[in-house]
Amino acid sequence: MKRWYLVVDVEKCENCNNCFLACKDEHCGNDWPGYAASQPIHGQRWMNIRRKERGRFPAIDVAYLPTPCMHCDDAPCRLAAKNGAVIKRPDGMVIIDPQKSRGQKALVRSCPYGAIWWNEDRQIPQKCTFCAHLLDAGWTEPRCVQACPTGALSVQHLEAGEMERLAVSQGLEVLDGGKTAGRPNVYYRNLYRFKKCFISGTLVTGDAGRSDCAAGATVKLYRNETLLDKKVSDDFGDFKFDGIPPNSGPYRIEIEYRAGGRKQIEVVVQESCSVGTVWL
Amino acid sequence: MVSFIVDCILTKSERISNWMFEFMLFGIYVVMQSKRIILPAFRRRLKEKNFTAQIKVRGDGFGRTYRFHNGRVSSERKTIPNAHMTMVFRDTASAVQLMTASTDFLKQINAMKNFVVDVEGRDEYAIWFMQTLKMLQHLRATPQYGTQAGKNEVRYVNNTNGGPVFVYVKKGRIVRITPITFDGQDARPWTICARGKSFTPPRKGTVNPYVFGLKSLIYSKDRLLYPMKRVDFDPHGKRNCNNRGISGYERISWDQALDMVAEEIKRVKREHGPGAIMNGSGSHHSWGNLGYWLSAKTRFMNSIGSSHVVHNPDSWEGWYWGAMHHWGNSIRNGATDTYGTVEDCLKEAQLIVFWSSDPESTSGVYGAFEGTIRRQWAKELGIQMVHIDPYFNHTAALLGGKWIAPRPDTGNAMALAIAYVWIDEGLYDTDYVRDRTVGFDKWRDYILGRQDDLPKTPEWQEQETNVPAREVRALARLWGSRKTYLSPGGLTGFGGACRCATGIEWARSMVCLMAMQGLGKPGVNMGCLQQGAPLDTNFYFPGYAEGGLSGDLDYTGMRVSMYQRMPQLPTMNSVSQMIPRLRIPEAILDQACEGYSTDPKSIEGQFKKFSYPAPGHSPARMYYKYGGSHFGTMADSNRFAKAYRSENLEFVVNQSIWFEGEAKFADVILPACTNFERWDIGETANSGGYSHHQFIQWNHRIITMQHKCIEPLGESKSDYQIFLELAQRLGLGAPYSEGMTELQWCRRLFEASDLPRVISWNRFMRKGYYVVPAVADELRAPVSYRWFAEGRKKDVPELSPLPSDFTETWREGLQTQSGKLEFESSSLKRFAPDDPERPPIPTYIPSWEGHHTRNLYEKYPLNLISPHPRYSFHTMFDAKDGTINDVKDHRVLIDGYYYWIVRINSRDAAQRGIKPNDLVRVFNDRGQVICAAHVTERIAPGTVHSFEGSAVYEPIGDPGTSPDRGGCINVLTSSRNIISKSHSTASNSCLVQVESWSGEGIS
Repeated sequence: MKRWYLVVDVEKCENCNNCFLACKDEHCGNDWPGYAASQPIHGQRWMNIRRKERGRFPAIDVAYLPTPCMHCDDAPCRLAAKNGAVIKRPDGMVIIDPQKSRGQKALVRSCPYGAIWWNEDRQIPQKCTFCAHLLDAGWTEPRCVQACPTGALSVQHLEAGEMERLAVSQGLEVLDGGKTAGRPNVYYRNLYRFKKCFISGTLVTGDAGRSDCAAGATVKLYRNETLLDKKVSDDFGDFKFDGIPPNSGPYRIEIEYRAGGRKQIEVVVQESCSVGTVWL
Repeated sequence: MVSFIVDCILTKSERISNWMFEFMLFGIYVVMQSKRIILPAFRRRLKEKNFTAQIKVRGDGFGRTYRFHNGRVSSERKTIPNAHMTMVFRDTASAVQLMTASTDFLKQINAMKNFVVDVEGRDEYAIWFMQTLKMLQHLRATPQYGTQAGKNEVRYVNNTNGGPVFVYVKKGRIVRITPITFDGQDARPWTICARGKSFTPPRKGTVNPYVFGLKSLIYSKDRLLYPMKRVDFDPHGKRNCNNRGISGYERISWDQALDMVAEEIKRVKREHGPGAIMNGSGSHHSWGNLGYWLSAKTRFMNSIGSSHVVHNPDSWEGWYWGAMHHWGNSIRNGATDTYGTVEDCLKEAQLIVFWSSDPESTSGVYGAFEGTIRRQWAKELGIQMVHIDPYFNHTAALLGGKWIAPRPDTGNAMALAIAYVWIDEGLYDTDYVRDRTVGFDKWRDYILGRQDDLPKTPEWQEQETNVPAREVRALARLWGSRKTYLSPGGLTGFGGACRCATGIEWARSMVCLMAMQGLGKPGVNMGCLQQGAPLDTNFYFPGYAEGGLSGDLDYTGMRVSMYQRMPQLPTMNSVSQMIPRLRIPEAILDQACEGYSTDPKSIEGQFKKFSYPAPGHSPARMYYKYGGSHFGTMADSNRFAKAYRSENLEFVVNQSIWFEGEAKFADVILPACTNFERWDIGETANSGGYSHHQFIQWNHRIITMQHKCIEPLGESKSDYQIFLELAQRLGLGAPYSEGMTELQWCRRLFEASDLPRVISWNRFMRKGYYVVPAVADELRAPVSYRWFAEGRKKDVPELSPLPSDFTETWREGLQTQSGKLEFESSSLKRFAPDDPERPPIPTYIPSWEGHHTRNLYEKYPLNLISPHPRYSFHTMFDAKDGTINDVKDHRVLIDGYYYWIVRINSRDAAQRGIKPNDLVRVFNDRGQVICAAHVTERIAPGTVHSFEGSAVYEPIGDPGTSPDRGGCINVLTSSRNIISKSHSTASNSCLVQVESWSGEGIS
């Protein structure tokens, strides 16, 4: 049977919040019996957009991570639920029954992704439903995907095997919520923008009286003696290596600029960093 | 044809016309009875009033009486002396002519103007009777509208600042609001082929984030649901003006409220004379050509005679007061046209320079996210990008490229240094400069320092901007050797850099830089793909600035096309007094101020200085406030609070949808409904007027019938209806409404557009939107300035400049005196050649509130920038308990209160002991605002960032003097004009200090 998957391209998310707000438009003030009770107007974030600034001024970038319910195959909330309050539908969606889940606050803590919210007034746990009530009525995408203007969010409606192959061929990853992560059905593209680090720098020639950006220098990144990556500095003398694991320790950068200009820099990576202005 | 035949017959025989008149009067009775039997809606209407109406000719020769009583109609073939209202025709022939040509509005208004027809009696009955007569023209009162969407939901259509929408309604309540997705019958979009790839936009519309907050705002607990009066305001006793902003409100009836407002209108005119009424509104309010402030409100304010509040060109400033003098474009407030630039940019450009330009946040005002996909195409094609902005904005974050972060309010130093490198290294188009420009030598000499021994080198600019000289040199070399699009502002001709003390000089230099690079040559133009899609620009549908039903030929764009297409009674405002918007507080407190005109007809329009009070006019004594709040958008906002509390202001009425901002300073509050609760008609992103063809920033032209989706909430009413009911109390009902309902006006506007050629009224009503088909390649508008670069006649589809404003031959050359791009401006040489604030060539003049103002800078060492907000539209959509409050980057919930955000660099924060989400006091000598701190690397040390546009003004003590907890960041900005010979705002020239705030003063 075909199942619903959400694919998030981190590089295309610009924090417009259309997904977050469209979700609220659909679920605040509307009860969808059998799917979800209405979401309180404030407080809950069924689509929670997380922010990551990497680096220090001015060598920075920013990424956003839209984080809904992962609709896990082995959903920890389902295991934690009593009297079958959480179901995993054959089409992939995980639904918390708004009636049966009453009083089950433990479900909130069971989610390794922080995707379940407690409704104090109604005493129920609540979360993203993948807009199952709309897809069941013939819609082809949930509200968040319909609202996304950049292509950062998309749906796939595929057999499980097809989705696995797609994930491999396109380099999609899932979030890892820890030991009990539960095999998510939400996939991410370009997750390195959120999870990994960069090393950047600016190459300069001349002296303090008159300097120029050193464009066209070859910059190599080494781990021990292994060449990991090679870049050419741009028109502003800037270079950037990305996808480096945080806290991964020492690296070496070698710079070659025109005839004779050669420089080495040692870097210890904890988080994204710049080697600053490098005079050649 | 019918009316021609009728005319011929009637002029032949008086007997025939007498007979026809009597027959038609009887026919009216018969049709009323028939509709009463067939249509429940008509039955309900007949129950609204009990009165006697009559239609007759002068001298009582012929006529008929109609009696409406408890939902029944009776009629007699005679006239009576005491009817509640009477419609009088000159004679039977003209009566028959008019009645058989009821949709020939030119004929109708000519008859009204020449008193061929007149109405007598009470307006309340007269307007109702005239509207009812118009309803008899069609069998059905209202064609069916909306689309069944299953589950008892009906899908309607409406429109917003942020894009057109579907509105799903169930049992009279809005379920959801979504973007529009096209169906199989809607027109196919365009395709652009560039560099071996082809690009086609998706068949749907995008919307801004705030659109998804609308439902929560429509049903907000801060909606005004009934009229209110300040508890301690008594128009016949103590007014307690000083308590405005402090006292509470009590509910009153509509009759009480409207009577009170009408009586005050009469009283201030009687006691003070012309000019005593001031009306003011925010620049934006709702969407729709008829219910807009430039339409229904303007028609009313002109009708009662009121002082005109002159809007400074707030988003354009530097372009209007500066750039215009180098390339003309006065009709666009000094900004540029952008025809054909999407295709040209994608095909030819190698580099886009975004300078003070964040279209991903500001959406080109009405562009939603339509430009986003085009910029993604540019990225896919490998077009390089550079972003110059003190803040690492969302466009830079999404698209990547080089980020250069100058100190705010120093932009022109960098511009001059770029020109220096081009001159020094020969990186500019010498042929173009020789053939298409004048005055280059003078500017060149200034840049090289031949006048002041100060070459404007990259090293020189570093002292001003903090940007390393080598970066500017690299940028200049890159730009000078690539075909480059320059995007100053997210919408070309905007940008925060134009709203500061150096903004005029900056905008002037932007034009001069492009003049050096060959503006208009392939790949060399203005823009960032936000504007200039290849849409049909020949298909006519009016923009809102064309004035809708305003009848205003002076302050709207009506006389260009609308007045001919939709003839209507003109509304000349007999009060010529003008009040500069930025000086409203002084107009009240000091009863004196002056300003310069926003008159885009010509370059010289802005040179006209005016004084207030106007000769022989009263200062403003009554304030009729409408629409969005000024506290969040106008400089030094505490001034407004002080003005409201002055006894010089005898009466304040605020017509508002929500209880927010300035509404809390009114004596009487009139609750208006949103445009989801009334009828209107409008095209997405079509402003007309000062941004002619603005819809070309969309990927499709989407014209919408703005369905009345739900009934007005509570007792709220449409703005049109409120003004009509006031007009009736002043005897102005007939000229105000022309006897038309809002829906009848919608149809009248529909008929005036090109829509009837392509879609029937009934189908348009039912479906709710029409997508104008994309045109064949050969019908696409040519690229802006290509004609100029190639020395041809102007060929882009805009009427401006006016024919008289071409120096020699019509359509040859620019609006400037030389007809060329002018480095040295001839208009400034004519007006004020020795003005040190604005010399004829663009120069670097340090900010009057920046790092050169030493004493102030030591006290307040942080430059505050306050750009247009991302998640609200000025004050629209902010706060009011809506879901936008929950956007992490909009407001922050701390101890139960949603605080506005100030963004501060981690180094500055650490120096002050400020941690993320700490409450801080942002302050200077003008005021204090309490904000939540976002500690970030996205802004340079020494600069702080907070959006303008808070809808909440909540002083924690005395209004006007105590800290504002609501977030009106303009409490801090200076009200000084950018230059003295202007009426302008420098909101980004603002020095402040920031410190932790412990909550003192909050009870």
